[in-house]
Amino acid sequence: MDDLIQDFVAETLEGLEALDSELVRFEQAPENPQLLGEVFRLIHTIKGTCGFIGLVRLQGLAHAAETVLGGFRDASVAVTAEAVSAVLETVDVIRSLVEGLARDGVELVGDDTALVGRLEMASRVSAVKEPMSAPAPVYETTTGPAPAAGPLLARLGGEASLDAACEMAIGRFGASPALAEALGGVNPDRLQASLRDGLCAAARGFGGADHFAGQIRGLTGDMPTPALIAAVSDLVGESLVALDIAPTDVDALMALVMPGTSGAAPIPASAPALARLEIAPTPARPAPTAEPVAAQTIRVSVEALENTMTVVSELVLIRNQLLQLVRLDPESAFAGPLSRLNQVTSELQEGVMTTRMQPINGAWAKLPRLVRDLANDLGKKIDLTLRGQDTELDRQVLELIKDPLTHMVRNAADHGIEGPAERLTAGKPETGRISLSARHEGGAIVIEMSDDGRGLSASKIRTKAISCGLVTEAQAETMSDAEARQLVFLPGFSTAAEVTAVSGRGVGMDVVRTNIEKIGGVVELTSVEGAGTRFTIHIPLTLAIISALIVECHGERFAMPQSSVVELVSASDASGRTIEYINGAAVLRLRDRLLPLVSLETLLGLSANDTPREETCIVVASVGAFSFGVIVDRVFDTEEIVVKPVASVLRNLKIYSGATILGDGAVIMILDFKGMSLETGSGRSGVSIEEESDIPTQVGVARADVLLFRAADDTFKGAPLGEVSRIEEVDSSQIEWVDGRSVVQYRGQLMPVVGADGNAIARSVPGGLRPLLVFVRDDRSAGLLVDEIIDIVQCAMVSDLTPSGPGSLGSLIIAERATELIDVDYYWRRAIGTEEPTVLRPSDRAASDGPRHRRLLVVDASPFSQVLLAPLLAQAGYDVSVAEDPEAALRLHDAGERFDLIMADTLMNGPDTKRFVTAFQQAANWGGTPLLSLAMHKPGAAPFNATTILDAVSGTLEPETAAFDLRGAA
Amino acid sequence: MALEHSDGGAAEVEGLVSIRIGAQTFGVPVMRVQDVISRTEINIIPLAPPEIAGSLNLRGRIVTAVDLRIRLAMPARPADRGFMCVIVERLGELYALLVDDVGDVLWLPNSAYEPTPVTVAASWRGLCSGLYRLDGDLLLALDVDKVLTLGASALAA
Repeated sequence: MDDLIQDFVAETLEGLEALDSELVRFEQAPENPQLLGEVFRLIHTIKGTCGFIGLVRLQGLAHAAETVLGGFRDASVAVTAEAVSAVLETVDVIRSLVEGLARDGVELVGDDTALVGRLEMASRVSAVKEPMSAPAPVYETTTGPAPAAGPLLARLGGEASLDAACEMAIGRFGASPALAEALGGVNPDRLQASLRDGLCAAARGFGGADHFAGQIRGLTGDMPTPALIAAVSDLVGESLVALDIAPTDVDALMALVMPGTSGAAPIPASAPALARLEIAPTPARPAPTAEPVAAQTIRVSVEALENTMTVVSELVLIRNQLLQLVRLDPESAFAGPLSRLNQVTSELQEGVMTTRMQPINGAWAKLPRLVRDLANDLGKKIDLTLRGQDTELDRQVLELIKDPLTHMVRNAADHGIEGPAERLTAGKPETGRISLSARHEGGAIVIEMSDDGRGLSASKIRTKAISCGLVTEAQAETMSDAEARQLVFLPGFSTAAEVTAVSGRGVGMDVVRTNIEKIGGVVELTSVEGAGTRFTIHIPLTLAIISALIVECHGERFAMPQSSVVELVSASDASGRTIEYINGAAVLRLRDRLLPLVSLETLLGLSANDTPREETCIVVASVGAFSFGVIVDRVFDTEEIVVKPVASVLRNLKIYSGATILGDGAVIMILDFKGMSLETGSGRSGVSIEEESDIPTQVGVARADVLLFRAADDTFKGAPLGEVSRIEEVDSSQIEWVDGRSVVQYRGQLMPVVGADGNAIARSVPGGLRPLLVFVRDDRSAGLLVDEIIDIVQCAMVSDLTPSGPGSLGSLIIAERATELIDVDYYWRRAIGTEEPTVLRPSDRAASDGPRHRRLLVVDASPFSQVLLAPLLAQAGYDVSVAEDPEAALRLHDAGERFDLIMADTLMNGPDTKRFVTAFQQAANWGGTPLLSLAMHKPGAAPFNATTILDAVSGTLEPETAAFDLRGAA
Repeated sequence: MALEHSDGGAAEVEGLVSIRIGAQTFGVPVMRVQDVISRTEINIIPLAPPEIAGSLNLRGRIVTAVDLRIRLAMPARPADRGFMCVIVERLGELYALLVDDVGDVLWLPNSAYEPTPVTVAASWRGLCSGLYRLDGDLLLALDVDKVLTLGASALAA
């Protein structure tokens, strides 16, 4: 009895899940009665089985629902919202009864008279319209597979029974003249095999009517007529019935192989008046619960899979151990078999992971019903579309994202989508739309949820965050809109004016993000006020095994997840990089950024000693937008480790995210960078990377280092420091004159030198040592002789620089003095003796002028580009053109210019983006040119970083030779 | 009585693995003991509560080591002194109870059982389920679940 109930429970629960979505779809398209077939059949089956097992209550409910559904089917009952709701409620009750049955083994006692009453009332509301659909069932091509309760092939008795049926049917072909004529000449064995294969494939869901017809065509050479197919399948069907196969299943099979044409002759009904399985063609709207093509399946208990997974993980660890041992003795006889073992283990690992993969539909199945109910409750019209339901992900992950996704959908329905009236006023269609999509992308699964509702109001969020005490007014002010929207992820946040029963208790989005981050995922949000919101979730596909960097600290080893590690840096006097201290907090100057440091030793309380030793390794990690460095004693290597959960007694230690066993058997803890970053904030003077870059950067203004000097004519001038390669000192006696130009012997070459006026140095120049600014481009150098170097300052590159003459880019106020910013290019030209500027003009040099002379186009109007970026790139050997705006770039394109790389500020908002897009759409010949985006004017961005930009450029142009991780590029 | 009986209902005898910690003999219900291993490598876990001596690797499974000396507020074991581990399981996780020595499995009759005397220190009383009179010794039966439930004060904030 137990087994019977267990089977019943399992199958019924499966079916009930599909039922919800089917009913919702049916309600949306009641003119399509074929949708009802499945629903009716399931309820009918439940009723039957319940009666057989003796579950009276369930039987009663199922019967009442069946009456209503039957009424829907033959159009005698009106399909109203109340009726469908009553049926849905019945499904819920049935589900809870079945679950109770699973738990306790007996049916819950209860009173359903009210519900049954409603169902009976609904069934008496007659339909107003005429009966729908042709009375004769028209079999149509199916794209869907076997129904829910057990595979069709099994119910048909398997291949053997189909084989027997085909044989019997073929024996009777002679009786029908049409069949005898068409198939009489075919070898009976071949005929039997082909028919059987076609039927099996159809039953399995691999091939439909086309395949079956194709099988016949393979025998006769002609495409069979529908009548022929009908005749064949009829005979086979009769044979199957004679073999005691259930007529419903036979009907199902016949439906699968019959082609769908409008002229198909109705097949005389040979089955008793039970519900016929009418499989509908896939509707235009993607089916929320379209089951994947039914491969042969086996039911396996989750526990068995989990155990297998654990054992395989152990195997991986042992393999790692063996690999380590063999590494010590590469000549050993074990090396060969071990490498094969290695391969096999990896394959096994992959295979087991695949068994745990389930389609994401499992998490989405309840959503159509949820949205429908919400829409009804809230008086809104909402359409839910699901794409990529078959995308598979790990079962564990599936469980964990179910709730977050549900919550997000609720939010969208409750707060995002506006009421119909409001939508119409806003010029939107009355029905709001929520769409969910899932896809695989490079080792991760990407889930997107978007709605076309009212979007997130940055100002409202700011206000709410301030009132919840999550940010100060000042902080809220300096945030961009995008950053303000991120505040919804903070705990305790809710913008709902009132807490509704649906959502908005203020515990939502932070829990969502935590849950997703727990499995190593990331959730991002973008929103446009008035237009809608989109959430994007990235979740890595493999959970248990990660790449980790093994480090040592105070004699103990730890693992750091490789995914968060940006780079490794060594800090010692020898490497020229030292750790500095600001108010007791250790920082490292790394490529013009200040990186806050934390000592792992101190963090773990392993030693009270805060001063790092001579040669230390710093692991630079990034957690979200925050980067910091961890000081360790030694770094070993990267290994694949199996992540084991932290012991429950240690769960509260945020610094650990798990534990693992290394190849040599040692148990080491896996560090969590996020947990560590929380530690760096507390108890320190708080030098964070955000704070640091706040100081030099104002919103929207680029800053740069400027070298201040006093020129020969006693004026103050400034040169962009990035352009100055070296500062030398020369004595006037070293200056020589050649061909009217003043030169200096410099590093074995003659370097032309000019004065602040752009002319050659006068022979009457006073003697003594004077500073010389050396500019280098390619292999050539030029010098600018000045009177005195004053200082190096950082100043804002103001956007309204107006040149005051040749050689000047404009005036800046530096230290309260008007200082002229020199145009280095001008001086270069004057020194070298070329007349044409190398900037602001399409170059005549061919693009194939040697590998170094790559042509770059910078599209940006800011002085940053002209003053700093273009010369920097030119100095690096690139051929740089600058276009002030997209239209100017387009003119260059139309003039026939081609470039190897285009750099532009693609983060601009508003009308500029449109101009940009329009212009570049017309630049057809630039279609293959890579585009590097520069994030200028970004508040909080690191200051002008020459190395990063050059590396980004070379990395884009020659990805294989890029020696540097592009992460962090501006 | 929190002791588990090897057969349901009123058992005549109770099986306990006798262990020695410091000068006192304790007993762990034999049905809870999965394994007994001698001194083995323990990897420390920084920032863990003091009772957690670290973790060890038992045939590929990670076991959390609990130092019973510290758990029972006894002076720490001298560095050169050996120890043994009694492996128990709780709520799906494995723990190793670090003790000075492990003795025989004793089958003790109920008649020898007494509730823990009130004179025993409160910290011990909370962890013991009773006392057995042995020949010339007194054995305190440990309640494994209570031992492995580290108090709020033990868990770091």
